[in-house]
Amino acid sequence: MFNFLKFQKLYFAISTIVIGFGLYSIVTWGYHYSIDFVGGSNIEYRSTKPLKSDLVEKIVKTEKGIINDISIVDTITIIQVQPLDEKQELKIRTSLEAQAKVKIELLRFETVGPTLGKETMNKTIIASILALMGILIYMSFAFKGLNFALAAILAMVHDFLVVIGSYSLLSHYFGAQLDTLFVTAVLTTMSFSVHDTIVIFDKIREYINTEGRGNIDYYANRALTETMVRSLNNSMTIVFMLLSLILLGGSMIKFFVLTLLIGTITGTYSSPFIATSILVWLEKRKNR
Amino acid sequence: MKQLKLFIIVALMAIIIWIDLPENFQIRFQIGKFKIDTKVNPLTIDWQIFNTNIKYAFRTHLGLDLQGGSHLLFETDTSKIKPEDLNDALASVRDIIEKRVNYFGVSEPVIQNIKAGNKYRISVDLPGISDVNTAITLIGRTAMLGFFEEGTDSAKIASSSPIFLRLTKDTGLTGKDVKKATVEFDSQSGKPQVGLSFTNLGAKLFGEITQRNIGKAVGIFIDQIPISTPTVQTAIMDGSAVITGNFTVNEAKKLAITINSGALPLPIKLIEQRNIGPTLGASEVKKSIFAGAIGLAMVLFFMIVYYKKLGIIASMALLIYGLLSLAIFRLIPVVLTLSGVAGFILSIGMAVDSNILIFERIKEEQRKGQKFNIAIRVGFGRAIDAIKDANITTLTVAFILFNPLNWEFLPQFGMVRGFALTLAIGVGTSLFTGVVITKRLINLFYKNTQS
Repeated sequence: MFNFLKFQKLYFAISTIVIGFGLYSIVTWGYHYSIDFVGGSNIEYRSTKPLKSDLVEKIVKTEKGIINDISIVDTITIIQVQPLDEKQELKIRTSLEAQAKVKIELLRFETVGPTLGKETMNKTIIASILALMGILIYMSFAFKGLNFALAAILAMVHDFLVVIGSYSLLSHYFGAQLDTLFVTAVLTTMSFSVHDTIVIFDKIREYINTEGRGNIDYYANRALTETMVRSLNNSMTIVFMLLSLILLGGSMIKFFVLTLLIGTITGTYSSPFIATSILVWLEKRKNR
Repeated sequence: MKQLKLFIIVALMAIIIWIDLPENFQIRFQIGKFKIDTKVNPLTIDWQIFNTNIKYAFRTHLGLDLQGGSHLLFETDTSKIKPEDLNDALASVRDIIEKRVNYFGVSEPVIQNIKAGNKYRISVDLPGISDVNTAITLIGRTAMLGFFEEGTDSAKIASSSPIFLRLTKDTGLTGKDVKKATVEFDSQSGKPQVGLSFTNLGAKLFGEITQRNIGKAVGIFIDQIPISTPTVQTAIMDGSAVITGNFTVNEAKKLAITINSGALPLPIKLIEQRNIGPTLGASEVKKSIFAGAIGLAMVLFFMIVYYKKLGIIASMALLIYGLLSLAIFRLIPVVLTLSGVAGFILSIGMAVDSNILIFERIKEEQRKGQKFNIAIRVGFGRAIDAIKDANITTLTVAFILFNPLNWEFLPQFGMVRGFALTLAIGVGTSLFTGVVITKRLINLFYKNTQS
């Protein structure tokens, strides 16, 4: 048996650093919101000669446009950007004409509203909170006490913070956009997190049931030792799947899969190290 | 008895595989004299049972990103609205259209407000639906529900004139006071009708209206057209009413949808309708499916290397999981988008979890010195508790996110619900294959070792 709990301070230090960086990033840089949240502008040009996409990209960027997509088919150029006004569009057009030495005709300029309204987001948050309560109630019954449920939920909040924080970093450094896929990835992470924690808690519950309320430290370490292989193996299968999707899959879902990967890793990490540590701490407080 | 059981299992497997067959898959080969040149297609049901026609084609329903669909563009008439109310009105038109489309049974639509110059438009993208015209009329309907009673000036109108001409006084009760409209069937004639249940305020109003009109007619109007003019028998205080009329089931359904979603605050008209291609290239999808296949192969390889014989059993259970989930996706049907496909691929990774849990427990029992066949039984029993609790919590999450009671304050449509549905199917199916099927397979394969 390995004394996992000896390194509690280390676990909390790692988590604090990761979450700290993430929260710092959220506060200072925030996110790039995708068209799902803020809408965008679609511009369609016809030029006398085909345009080069890196030139279009450069010019749109100098006008402070955040590009979602540029597609150029022969002389037709379609630019999708975050909302622009008419003046910005005109500037882009004139500098394109000057630099590419072509004549450009504006075929279409329209601004599209968001598909994900504030209302939908608020409702999703309410639903998530209700789901948390549901988990709290069910676990309190299944594990005959509030401590198991609380520890599992705190670990889940931990994973939630890790995921939203690291996504803000991804957003800042690699231009990942906050979109509907991200919301799905966060929800997946949260359900995976509790799922994983319960497996360890089940072991601890079993010891308490068969051997009586004894030394919680000993039970926790024993449970961790016995479930470690299972936890790693299970996560391994998920990581295999996600890695192959990242390395070989399409580029559109890269950040989505990466978020799931981060979620899986933090979910696997938090169950033995964060959730169990919190449980031990709560149980000891109760017994005192 | 045993043979019957085996027969049922084989038959079920055959049906599932039949449902899962690829669509329009060309098979062409030759063995000696036999030439086979045929197109394979999944199961299609077209039965005539009594007088009802049951028709169902098991096909994969793909989302806009993978398959494309119909693009509808509506223009709003903003001439009669104050500029300061414009944004609210536009947002609400969009939400109402989304509700209608969802009630109509189209999942994963994309609905957006578009501003072009000073024109305000709403684009509605529907993933491959066959009945576009019905969708268009449904989206564009205004459906103002109104209740009218006999006006005080009715004395001027001859009492012999048709009853709806005498119903001139608006009671102030409208579709806004209706909590829910549902399609019902009359218990005597069996004809479809629309049942209304009012909000608290609506119930109070309706109670008062019926109270003062006992013995008189009250008219139910939709878009100023009288639909039914029942005579009030007693005061109705429980806040429910029915609209009868010569409806077909479909008409009743559409009426209920439009009442439920409320009236559009701005008039809209269709200005463009065309088919759109998938937003994601075929190569993008192919890549992801290829990646999924490689990932699956790695999972299977890992399981077999690590758990040997038990790993082979887990792999078989996993394959059955894949086939079964696909069949359920086609049965419901679930609209698959690229994120849905990614979620499904992820769920394959998660589906082996119950197996790993069980196998680790079995190994643990073996380490304690139990014989293999006893270890299997004990291990199963021990693992069940953890599997049960872990999966029930996940199902709880899925249940709340799916919002089956359609509560106002929870997501009522869109991607969160889609996610919850796929999650629930994944968990439910993996529970079945991971526990029940695995147990059967172990019994089957280890029969000889039992002593």
